Amino acid sequence: MTAHLTIETAGPAMSVQDQGRPGYRAQGLTIGGAADRIALSEGAAILGQLPEYAAIEMAGSGGRFTADRDIRIALTGATMSANIDGEALAWNASHLLRAGAVLTIGGARNGTYGYLHVGGGIDTPPVMRSRASHLAGGIGTLLQTGDVLPIGKDKGRETARTLSSSDRFGGGTVRIVASMQTEDFDPETVARFTRNTFRRDARANRMGVRMDFDGDGFSTAGQLSIVSEVVVPGDIQISGDGAPYVLMYECQTTGGYPRIGSVLPCDLPRIAQAQTGAQIQFEMVDMETAMIAQCRFASELSALGKQVVPLVRDPATMKDLLSFQLVSGAVSAPANPFEQES
Amino acid sequence: MSEWPKIRTVGLSGVLVTFAGAMSEPGNRAALAFRSAVDEQNWPEVTETSTSLVSTFLEVDLASVPLAALTERIENLLEKQDWLAAPLPAGRKLWHVPTLYGTELAPQLEEAAEVAGIDPAAAVQEISTSRVRVLTIGFAPGQPYMGELSETWNIPRQQGLTKSVPPGALVIAIRQLIVFTNAAPTGWRHIGQTAFGTFLPDSDQPFTLSPGDELIFPSVSPAEFERIRSTDTSGLGGASREVLK
Repeated sequence: MTAHLTIETAGPAMSVQDQGRPGYRAQGLTIGGAADRIALSEGAAILGQLPEYAAIEMAGSGGRFTADRDIRIALTGATMSANIDGEALAWNASHLLRAGAVLTIGGARNGTYGYLHVGGGIDTPPVMRSRASHLAGGIGTLLQTGDVLPIGKDKGRETARTLSSSDRFGGGTVRIVASMQTEDFDPETVARFTRNTFRRDARANRMGVRMDFDGDGFSTAGQLSIVSEVVVPGDIQISGDGAPYVLMYECQTTGGYPRIGSVLPCDLPRIAQAQTGAQIQFEMVDMETAMIAQCRFASELSALGKQVVPLVRDPATMKDLLSFQLVSGAVSAPANPFEQES
Repeated sequence: MSEWPKIRTVGLSGVLVTFAGAMSEPGNRAALAFRSAVDEQNWPEVTETSTSLVSTFLEVDLASVPLAALTERIENLLEKQDWLAAPLPAGRKLWHVPTLYGTELAPQLEEAAEVAGIDPAAAVQEISTSRVRVLTIGFAPGQPYMGELSETWNIPRQQGLTKSVPPGALVIAIRQLIVFTNAAPTGWRHIGQTAFGTFLPDSDQPFTLSPGDELIFPSVSPAEFERIRSTDTSGLGGASREVLK
């Protein structure tokens, strides 16, 4: 018998997401999928299942959920207040959600995108080999109050497991590499771009994030005559008003605005998760540095399962864990698996 | 050595081969033909290919694939033929897409004709009999950029944005036409309305068009358009197709 998750109350921007739908760029459809891919891997590691499983992405705040059978859940990404029938839950951990019990997930306390994973994954029918809603492309929709989602067969049993999360929720330094149009900008403009401190604008969604800044805009000499070229997630597009937009997984496939550089895939979650107003700086690195960073990230991501530890269940300690998390965005486990160069 | 074709990296996501500095017919054919040649090579490091107007993109994980060896492979393939003289892809189709020009469903016909300097009836006469080719698919799933129309239609985008045109809207600018996949804002002018679905995600063939396909947008009356819209269940809005030899 299939278990189901019922959305008793839907937050404003919840959708089913997985690692996206590659292979359709030539037909005008970008990969889409979870805004924070690290969170998908963390949820999978905590539940001991594949990172390909679909989860619920919650932008800004969650909602209320019930299940018709006992299921396992895990919570990752931006920390949100969470409880089951009033009992507070640790974030970045797995829990048992009993049949009929009410899981309540509130607003984000850091970051933007929180994730609710279930043991066995959300098992909605795939569209073109993926369950990800691609809202800009017209695939799937936001989840609504009353939606009932099928859950895949859960092969695991363990709950009360946790993982230290990388601190990617408060903006900070984001590494970029030169891209195909970087040299269309004069070197002084690129230098000014990397010296600047930007703020994540409120104008942001799964397609892209606008960067707010003081001073002059950024432009190229041939800005308006550039022929439309391929767009990839991470591209920093300079729009007509001189403001940069970092393009996310649901971006368009082609575009005529010049790209000043491209964010390393491993640093893209930091853009996705930055809250409105969070400060962001772009650091230009050479290809070799970028390759090393990205390879290291990939191997750390695949080794996340080894970092999973039992959650200390003593209520007093749990409270402490929660408060610790709210301040730093990380629970008190030893190493930060995503910390680079230090 | 000529400046073109140009090989450039796109972040860590892949390599772009560009055949011209601006939209051109030979550049577009080169991009399509080169993409197809790359696909035939089955290079293991290339995970996906696509074209934009005059360039071919090879998606490659540059964090793990050495760029120098890949660039050499691409250069060798580029030297094999004159890509600018390449023929169009095989298996192309010609589509006839019934279109309602003007009326409240396509409110910018008169404005577009005025900018082009001809009267609206002549505009409909010319556009509804022009055969255009899909130059590239992009921006939204299955959404075609089609051209090139006569020099008359070298009209700029409008200054402001139209807040939203509906799916199936036929819009015009810079000698090109687009049929919109989804409701979207646009700087192009909305001159015709079709019921032609360019992206049908639940169908066996989610993407209706391929680059290289050709289209004609014959004019139909409001009554005929309404009949098509209320009876069509295929998503193709009364369009018919034939295979081009």
